[in-house]
Amino acid sequence: MMRVLAANGWTAGLAGLLVLLLVVTKLIQPSFGVSGLDNLARSALPFALATVGMAVVVIAGGIDLSIAAMMAVASVTAAVLMDGAGDGQAVFAVLAVLVVGLAMGALNGALIVVTRVPDIVVTLAMLFVWQGVALLILNAPGGGAAPWLRALAVGGVTLPGVPPALTDWLPRGFVFLAVVVAAIWWPIRRSKLGLMFYAVGSDSQAAYRSGVPVGPVRIAAYAVCGLFAALAGLAVTMGTGIGEPIPGPYLLASVAAVVLGGVVLGGGRGGILGPILAVIVLRLVRMDLTLLSVDPNTAAIIEGLIMVGVVMFGAVLATQGRKT
Amino acid sequence: MTITTTDTPTALSRLGRLMVDNPLLPLSLILLALIGALAILNPAILSVFWVSNTLKIAIPLAMLAACQTLTMLTGGIDLSVGTAATIAAYVTATATPLIGAPAAMGIAMACALAIGMVNGTGIAFARVHPLIMTLGTGLIATGCLLVYQRSVISTGTIYPEVLVWLGTGRTWNLPNGLFLFIPFAALILWAQRRTGFGRLLYAIGSNEAAARLSGVRVWQVHLALYSLSGVIAGLSGLLYLGMVKTASLSLALPLDLPSVAAAVIGGTSIFGGRGGYGGTILGALILTVLATMLTLLQMPEGGRRILYGAIILAVTALYIRLTDHS
Repeated sequence: MMRVLAANGWTAGLAGLLVLLLVVTKLIQPSFGVSGLDNLARSALPFALATVGMAVVVIAGGIDLSIAAMMAVASVTAAVLMDGAGDGQAVFAVLAVLVVGLAMGALNGALIVVTRVPDIVVTLAMLFVWQGVALLILNAPGGGAAPWLRALAVGGVTLPGVPPALTDWLPRGFVFLAVVVAAIWWPIRRSKLGLMFYAVGSDSQAAYRSGVPVGPVRIAAYAVCGLFAALAGLAVTMGTGIGEPIPGPYLLASVAAVVLGGVVLGGGRGGILGPILAVIVLRLVRMDLTLLSVDPNTAAIIEGLIMVGVVMFGAVLATQGRKT
Repeated sequence: MTITTTDTPTALSRLGRLMVDNPLLPLSLILLALIGALAILNPAILSVFWVSNTLKIAIPLAMLAACQTLTMLTGGIDLSVGTAATIAAYVTATATPLIGAPAAMGIAMACALAIGMVNGTGIAFARVHPLIMTLGTGLIATGCLLVYQRSVISTGTIYPEVLVWLGTGRTWNLPNGLFLFIPFAALILWAQRRTGFGRLLYAIGSNEAAARLSGVRVWQVHLALYSLSGVIAGLSGLLYLGMVKTASLSLALPLDLPSVAAAVIGGTSIFGGRGGYGGTILGALILTVLATMLTLLQMPEGGRRILYGAIILAVTALYIRLTDHS
């Protein structure tokens, strides 16, 4: 009971921090409004989806270092398939990318289970493999994205029958994120599989003895992570309109957001809402640095310092959790 | 190199013993086989010049792989070596016109040491996993390099002559880099077996809790180890600068991944406590010859990365199987 309260308290605290940061942003930049929110949503979308994927794996007691590389594969696959394709074909391209993501994640998980090599080593090796695959598919940034797909994440929400003024402030990026997470993670969380993720993450031996098929559950967790990585890669292509074969700084950002979001490295504890809020907080900090006209490279350093600091803090917490 | 080729557990464990006790023997055989395959692919390529050139290219890789070997002995890894080497090289090249070569190299090495110390601090005190920590430090350091680059964009670059001599010169048909590398390798080989520090690395890698209980101050070892790793990375960056004579912002980054692969191929266990630098040197040579072969076969960059990843995974999986049976 206390743990649930503590976890919710953490999430509530993050939400408070987010509101506070939004107020600060408004103070820095009085004109911050609908377009600013839209910018935030667009820049946060790939990070948030990657973080959800990472959070699922971490909850199940693993870690996936290849997440940024899988995103690159998904991004270039989408861009190459959609380049010059019609709207109908683009739907199939999106589906194909999602299947590719699931397959990549499942392969990561299967390699971990079958070879019995620790997850951190396997996903490090797969990080190189997926990077190579992305480069083979597309050697330099290029390709294209279907206009309707880009429209999914850009601009405000318009609902038929509702006056635009009521819904326009809500960025489509956030709605897209909410819909995707609700459609994929919520059913899993409510099902037996979600419970098994938590069981395997908190104590795989105990889970095994209570009849949980630990191997398949691990593979499933990595597959879900791959699916979200594919969505994140799609979001990159949606945001920029091209495929990006060189992985961005999503690995460290997602680990930092997962830790900041209250998911314990080591598994079994935490939810999805916390990491999503944490990702938005981290993005908002970056945006505020830009608004304060901090040099982008300096902003990158500050962001890196924050992320490393958060991860260090999380590691200290995890060590102490193990001791008690 | 695949697991499926082995037939019985006894043969497997015997092979495992051989690999674990004396990894230099099978590695030498692999190296010879690769050279043989190369000779079949293109008989004209084998010459004194080719051998010397291969050695020259392998030296910076072998030095960076030393960082991986030493950190892997404790069960860690250092993914910031490419960044540290790049920064050392870039700072040397851009600061030499302003303050002269010795001071520039001094500052460059200080930067590399600083990166190593940050890594060491995070790993020793906050107990962050080395992989995440070094990745994060690399990211921050790259940001610092970009900021620095904008402040020196107009100074031009000069490559200190001593580095050019080390990097590109030849003595008796052999690369001058060996003048740096042979003492370096001798020092590492001696240190890993004969000094207290080297033994501590093996002790922590084999069983950190036991090492701690026997009175090892693990944090001191980690701090010293990652600082040393930063210094070695800086040194190889300087050598690499003399070799390629270009100051770019991504100079040594492509060596990051092969350096891990070289150490893993060389028989150093990524879980710690097992392996050594001798195998790593052979691993670096194997990778260099392999790279020549892939160039001959016109394998694209993406294919190479896939191959490196697959090699790391296959070798690690093989080691796990072997140590399970023995």
